[in-house]
Amino acid sequence: MTLRPARQASVNSPWLRFNLATSCILVLAILRLHPRALLVRRTKLPASRTRSQSMTSPAKPKSFPLPSSLQVVPGTERAQAANPYHIQFSKADDGRFWFYNSMHFPEPMSAFDMVTAEAAYCALGSANTRVHCLPTTLGIDHRIINGRVYIGGNAVTDSAEVARRTQEFQKRAFYYYENWERLYAQWREKMMALIREAQSLPNPRLPQLEPLEHVHAGRGIASNHDLLVTYQKTLEGYFRMWHHHFEFLLLGYGAYLTFFSFCKKAFPEITDQTVARMVSGIEAEIFRPDEELRRLARRAVDLGVDAHFQEGHGAEAILESLQNAGPGGVAWLKELETSRDPWFNINVGDGFYHYHRAWNDDLSMPFAGLPGYIARVKAGESLQRPFEKLQAERRQLIQDYRELLSTDAERAAYDQMITLAHRVFPYVEGHKFYCEHWYTNLFFNKIREFGALLSEHGFFPQSEDVFHLTHYELETAIIDLMSAWSAGSAPRGPAYWPEVVVERRAALEVWAKHDTPPALGEVPEVIDDPAIVMLWGITRESLDAWLSAGATGDSNEIRGFAASSGVVEGPARIVKSVEEIARLQKGDILICHITNPTWAPVFQKIAGAVSDIGGSMSHAAIVAREYGLPAVVGTGSATSRIKDGQRVRVDGARGIVTILQ
Amino acid sequence: MRSTDTIGWFSDIGLDDRPYVGGKGGSLGELQRAGIDVPPGFVVKTGAFEQFVQALEREAPLRARIAALDPDNLEDVAACCQEIRARIEHTALPPAVSDEISSAHNALSESGRQEPVAVRSSATTEDAIDASFAGLQDTYLWVTDFEQTLQKVRSCWASLYSIESVAYRRKRGLPEEGVAMAVVVQKMVDARTAGVMFTRSPVTGDRSVITIEAAWGLGSAVVGGEVTPDRWVVGKVTGEISVREVSEKLIQHRPVTSGGIESVSVALALRHIPCLTDEELNALRDIARKVERHYGRPQDIEWAVENHTEKILLLQSRPETVWSAKDAAPVATVAQDPLQHLMSIFGGRR
Repeated sequence: MTLRPARQASVNSPWLRFNLATSCILVLAILRLHPRALLVRRTKLPASRTRSQSMTSPAKPKSFPLPSSLQVVPGTERAQAANPYHIQFSKADDGRFWFYNSMHFPEPMSAFDMVTAEAAYCALGSANTRVHCLPTTLGIDHRIINGRVYIGGNAVTDSAEVARRTQEFQKRAFYYYENWERLYAQWREKMMALIREAQSLPNPRLPQLEPLEHVHAGRGIASNHDLLVTYQKTLEGYFRMWHHHFEFLLLGYGAYLTFFSFCKKAFPEITDQTVARMVSGIEAEIFRPDEELRRLARRAVDLGVDAHFQEGHGAEAILESLQNAGPGGVAWLKELETSRDPWFNINVGDGFYHYHRAWNDDLSMPFAGLPGYIARVKAGESLQRPFEKLQAERRQLIQDYRELLSTDAERAAYDQMITLAHRVFPYVEGHKFYCEHWYTNLFFNKIREFGALLSEHGFFPQSEDVFHLTHYELETAIIDLMSAWSAGSAPRGPAYWPEVVVERRAALEVWAKHDTPPALGEVPEVIDDPAIVMLWGITRESLDAWLSAGATGDSNEIRGFAASSGVVEGPARIVKSVEEIARLQKGDILICHITNPTWAPVFQKIAGAVSDIGGSMSHAAIVAREYGLPAVVGTGSATSRIKDGQRVRVDGARGIVTILQ
Repeated sequence: MRSTDTIGWFSDIGLDDRPYVGGKGGSLGELQRAGIDVPPGFVVKTGAFEQFVQALEREAPLRARIAALDPDNLEDVAACCQEIRARIEHTALPPAVSDEISSAHNALSESGRQEPVAVRSSATTEDAIDASFAGLQDTYLWVTDFEQTLQKVRSCWASLYSIESVAYRRKRGLPEEGVAMAVVVQKMVDARTAGVMFTRSPVTGDRSVITIEAAWGLGSAVVGGEVTPDRWVVGKVTGEISVREVSEKLIQHRPVTSGGIESVSVALALRHIPCLTDEELNALRDIARKVERHYGRPQDIEWAVENHTEKILLLQSRPETVWSAKDAAPVATVAQDPLQHLMSIFGGRR
């Protein structure tokens, strides 16, 4: 018998260590998973010693650059100074380890968008530190430099403190698990109430004179005050939304990871996707937008208006032609409206940037998918997802792995863990639609309305320019306008902000071209965290590949994370923004920065998908698996290394993209 | 043709017949009964060996001489073994026995042409060490005619009287009565591709994957380690191919028309391409699952893809022993409160 040892990824390269560590701390939670508790066999295997190529690294570097050595890019000092003092690096930060959260904030953030980091970390930390009392970790500190968000965790290492927090955790978090369904139902109500509140906020306007009915009603509060109220409620709602977001999130991930790490120990070679398939929901909210689109395709055929959906026609043109298409067209437009609210509130990114617009705000994405779906309906496909079949497959998968366990005791433990994972998973999968998509769209759109108002009053040329102000500055600008309106004088903003906006826009462009270190400060001990693998796509292997890709730039292989099995070849289509979606032709390989569930409409058209960012549990990966579309995510560099039109091969099971020409 | 005390066709035998057909023969019968394709063949049962030994005993004592040996006197042991092996190798079989083997051999061949066969020893002993001395590795490939077949059967029998095997039995004081050997005679598969598979990971012991190694030509090149095989890891449940390593396959074993096998260079165009398709890997996975389910434990399987017909045939399956022997403590056991499992994630070091 000559079976050779399987190749194991090296764990000995110091580069891999600190890169892994960088990514690990993050995990929304700094779960501070102990490596021994998790990937026992992977870390213990001596097999890495049998492999030489990736082990020739030099001695372990002692430290990343210290925060104090990091320079603000010359010429952008004023843009940097817009950030409040408490998120600027200081000398005292040199004693800690920080890393760049490139997963959530892969591009330099505009001044306003920084509110997401502030609100999210504030809520995350509260949940971990003070609400559920995670035993081994507190929250996350963040700092911003050159538009990049660096974060640093706060681990609990004192064993007495861990013990004390463990007791608290079991009183608090366990209560959540025990009452999950009730609390989650309550969560949805809270979240829907929050959404309704945001929807009911008025469009900020300033009348020439206070309306007569206000006066006669003795309202006693003038309209300029409403601006401030609306703005503060908008901001408050966003901070509150993030608290809701983290109310369950870490607990949900924790239950999933418990099952995940059990599977990894029982079946050391099981792929992450397989575990994900055992747990992921079949009727999760995340599938709904695309299901609505399929429904609309069926309705278009039923109503006899399918001929209006021509490949390459813009959404506007199609809508206009339907308005003049008789009762069928009107009926379809009605159907469209029911789908749009709420399911088209899904945005084309992760909701962390204001320019990740929702389908509702830009119909080009969903409409790009309609002609293909209509063609399939006409070819006799139902386009209904086969729920029962999918459910039966999932049950079979769970059953087959169960059988492979060695003992009944393990089977009983397996049953307990997967039951728990199934209980929590609807939240893990569902919250994104309500938080990062629906609510976030409402939030950024309300800010846009303020942008429109301020731009009308000459504060800056475009309403989108409002996103170059921090949320503190925006309040100042609003108060400037309120005061001017009340004083009857001209606001000062028009003389102040245009220059700032130009400066900030230029800074963003400079920062985007400027590399930033992946981490800062002293290298901590190795952390091995499967949440990172699942959600951020960082593994030793992928980091190895990212690094070697940097070292041998001429290689025609790009390695990433195996997201969805299958091998396919086709022409690469680099799609950097939604506007470019229309360029995708049948059989193309989509190459993009981040794939997102909202891209599902084009999934039916393309032959494969490759992204720079993402993990096997990212929603894009789930959707790709659902559609049987080969996908490689988290390549780090696909959009920069592949040229548009090049022929590429996507091997979704191995996570390898090969440039063929 | 029916099975007798001398001959057992695969379709008539199973693991329960091991005392008469040996482990290998019993396993092949068992596999065929389970509906898995194995090359057709029969077992020369221990009854045939017994008749042969009785014939030899009538000429001159055999077992009594072995039983009388002093295991510490290696010179005596060596001399006696050599003499007895020579008697076995050179004495004609009783006509009744050779006639039965001849009929069975003819029945294996189609259209009167003698088909090449593989002749393999099939030990009856449960003692693994004894079995390994007793010629577990004795396999004669591409045996082209009946006379040669009979000769190889005798060679398998003779291996019972290797110095190591006899010394081992004598040291343990095992009785010579009942020492016996069955021999498998099986139609030889001319393989396009052949290899081995484990129904678990040889590296991690993971039971959810199947590891497949294969090279061009006959499987002996892979088993003997003469070629670096292509290697795949296939999800047992999912069918997902998580590892694909295509090696440079420099040599392959192929049959020699006059008998036996030879090692030749692999054509340049074939050296760097995978020797199995994804469909074949998937078919192997199905076979592996079927065999493992049948036996209820992980297996170590030899198989071949037949030239021209492209049919996958199973050549041998035995229980995997390395990991099974050290199956570790359970990964986790049932908790009174299922929530306690969460502390493996949230609790830090345990």
